[in-house]
Amino acid sequence: MLSEQRILVEVKNLRKFFPVRRGTFGLTKKFVRAVDDVSFVIYRGETLGLVGESGSGKTTTGRLLLRGYEPTAGSVIYHLPDAEAMDIMTMTKRQLWEFRKHAQMIFQDPYSSLNPRMTVRDIIAEPLIATKSARGEDVSQRVIETAKRCQLSIEHLRRYPHAFSGGQRQRIGIARALVLQPQFIVCDEPVSALDVSIQAQILNLLKDLQTEFGLTYLFIAHDLSVVEHICNRVGVMYLGNLVEMAATEELFYHPLHPYTEALMSSIPEADPKVKMQPIKLSGEIPSPIDPPSGCAFHPRCQYAQSICAESKPEWRELAPGHFVACHFAESLQLRGFVG
Amino acid sequence: MKWFHLPFLALLGFRKRAEGKQAKLAEETYYTATQFQLMWWKFRRHRLAIVGSIILGIFVFIMIFCEFLAPYDPQSRNSDYIFGSPQKVHLFDDQGKFQGLFVYGVETVFDRESMQIVQTEDRDVIYKIRFFSRGEPYKMWGIIRTDLHLFTAENGFVHLFGTDNLGRDVFSRILYGTRTSLSIGLIGIFISFIIGLLMGGISGYFGGALDNLIQRLIEFINVIPTLPLWMSLAAALPKEWSPIRVYFMVTIILSFISWTTLARRVRGKLISMREEDFVFAARIAGSSDLRIIIRHMLPAFLSYIIVDLTVEFPYMILGETTLSFIGLGLREPVVSWGVLLQASQNVKAIEQHPWLFIPAAFVIVSVLAFSLVGDGMRDAADPYSQ
Repeated sequence: MLSEQRILVEVKNLRKFFPVRRGTFGLTKKFVRAVDDVSFVIYRGETLGLVGESGSGKTTTGRLLLRGYEPTAGSVIYHLPDAEAMDIMTMTKRQLWEFRKHAQMIFQDPYSSLNPRMTVRDIIAEPLIATKSARGEDVSQRVIETAKRCQLSIEHLRRYPHAFSGGQRQRIGIARALVLQPQFIVCDEPVSALDVSIQAQILNLLKDLQTEFGLTYLFIAHDLSVVEHICNRVGVMYLGNLVEMAATEELFYHPLHPYTEALMSSIPEADPKVKMQPIKLSGEIPSPIDPPSGCAFHPRCQYAQSICAESKPEWRELAPGHFVACHFAESLQLRGFVG
Repeated sequence: MKWFHLPFLALLGFRKRAEGKQAKLAEETYYTATQFQLMWWKFRRHRLAIVGSIILGIFVFIMIFCEFLAPYDPQSRNSDYIFGSPQKVHLFDDQGKFQGLFVYGVETVFDRESMQIVQTEDRDVIYKIRFFSRGEPYKMWGIIRTDLHLFTAENGFVHLFGTDNLGRDVFSRILYGTRTSLSIGLIGIFISFIIGLLMGGISGYFGGALDNLIQRLIEFINVIPTLPLWMSLAAALPKEWSPIRVYFMVTIILSFISWTTLARRVRGKLISMREEDFVFAARIAGSSDLRIIIRHMLPAFLSYIIVDLTVEFPYMILGETTLSFIGLGLREPVVSWGVLLQASQNVKAIEQHPWLFIPAAFVIVSVLAFSLVGDGMRDAADPYSQ
């Protein structure tokens, strides 16, 4: 575990509902509950993983942490060193603009996240110019430094994104996030669009950058082996809710939530002699427009009882640093990752 | 292998190395190519589009310099040659003697059998064609007074496309008509571009009830059959208006209908662009709304808009031609392709003066050229799609 447990980001009761219109002439207004009451903290210098199926709200959570979306409710409080705690959800436009220097983002799709009409230099320089952090020669200087650090060659700066492969594009994306020297970076599935051979390179680059600049990451992923490799702690999301959060090893070997158990049992085993026993979840992930009553996971849970459909389980700390939202977390004997 | 082979081999090796260097250079040019370079490369591969753009280039040239290119004023009459057929251009006279470019004179006789005036070539009279010669005075673009023409006939007249019922030169009239018809298209496109950008922008940016209202308005305009709508709007123009005023009103009427496609396109692009990752990235990077729109969004959909405008252009020309043809659009003395075609609206024209149909060829060729260019541009508009 980390020696110093100083909080960097504190997320409190975060909610984001997207309105959708249904029915004739779109008269009935409903909401997609993308993120539904999520609370957690991120410690300085750590990598917090966030896993879950597509549609579970992990990307929305990541974007909310940078106020890329306006939240429906809740607060995200940053405890930056040498500064007072600040809630970015109540910031004015001007304050938010100042804040951008401290938190940046790396995107999943290295193709759509780079403007094809700008040179690599202009892409990396964009945050510097937009936040007025540098001007003139200084911009070029910092762009070149950052590009070098991300293993991009200087000749490449004149080129346009169409000249690059996925892995190289992702390096450009990382350089863009890094150029402002932020404290915190949201990595939204940064390697899931890449070849496996490239994935390792990018992950190692992220790790190196973290030690060098003392970065804190929120690492969103759906590949559990990647999460195991890079994260200190992991949170599991299901249908807009956090169901479990713990240190990586603890979560992998001693899951407390049935959904985490199912996830762990689905990790492919490297040894062909070991027989896999994946827990097959029945049915589809329910629609976040009309989530199930009580515990959102109960229609697919093999341990579900009547209470699960009636009341929503509380988000509680069962063991130090191990949070879970399940009525039967104490009594269930769940299998962890066998490998 | 002999000793004297060596220099050749050396040369070959040198060539090969140079080629490799060139290939590397070509690669680098591709990597550092801007959006417009990439679009141009893709467009260039479209042969027909290149042909189309050359034709359009010629039309634009005609549009700009029609006073100079036309040998006569569109209103000047040649009473010696009424309903005259196109004069053939010759190089050699009857004796086989080289004379340069010339046309024969005209002999007018009254044929008692068919009770008609018959015009035949007078082989004894030769009108030589002189280039960059002095002719009827005119004002270039209404400013510069001069009498220099691309070509005129010495001591006589030349009517390449014949003359009409008043003895006016059809060739000159078509050139002047090109200016009118194309400029109506250009101005009309410009107006519909402004309306479309504005309405589409409001619709896509603000959304909600305003968006709903504008979209229903567009649907309403689209369901009305175009021709009756044009006709009723054009018929509402007072007869006593000056031709210039009518000209502008016709342009506005045409663009009033054609802005809808563009507005839809702008709205759709704005909405899809808002969700684009690189736009989100720019916002996270601290870019202001204005910077995002100008730097990131506009360049991305400008090319699509240009394509739409090109595709829309032929409809403008056809619209003007149609309206003028049925007598509701432009009127004499304004000369446009539609006005010219109005003169060919009878059986007599088909039977006896088929050259009055020549403006139709210009309409067809220009519409075709615009469509070809539009096609090529559509393919090139998004050079990043593989």
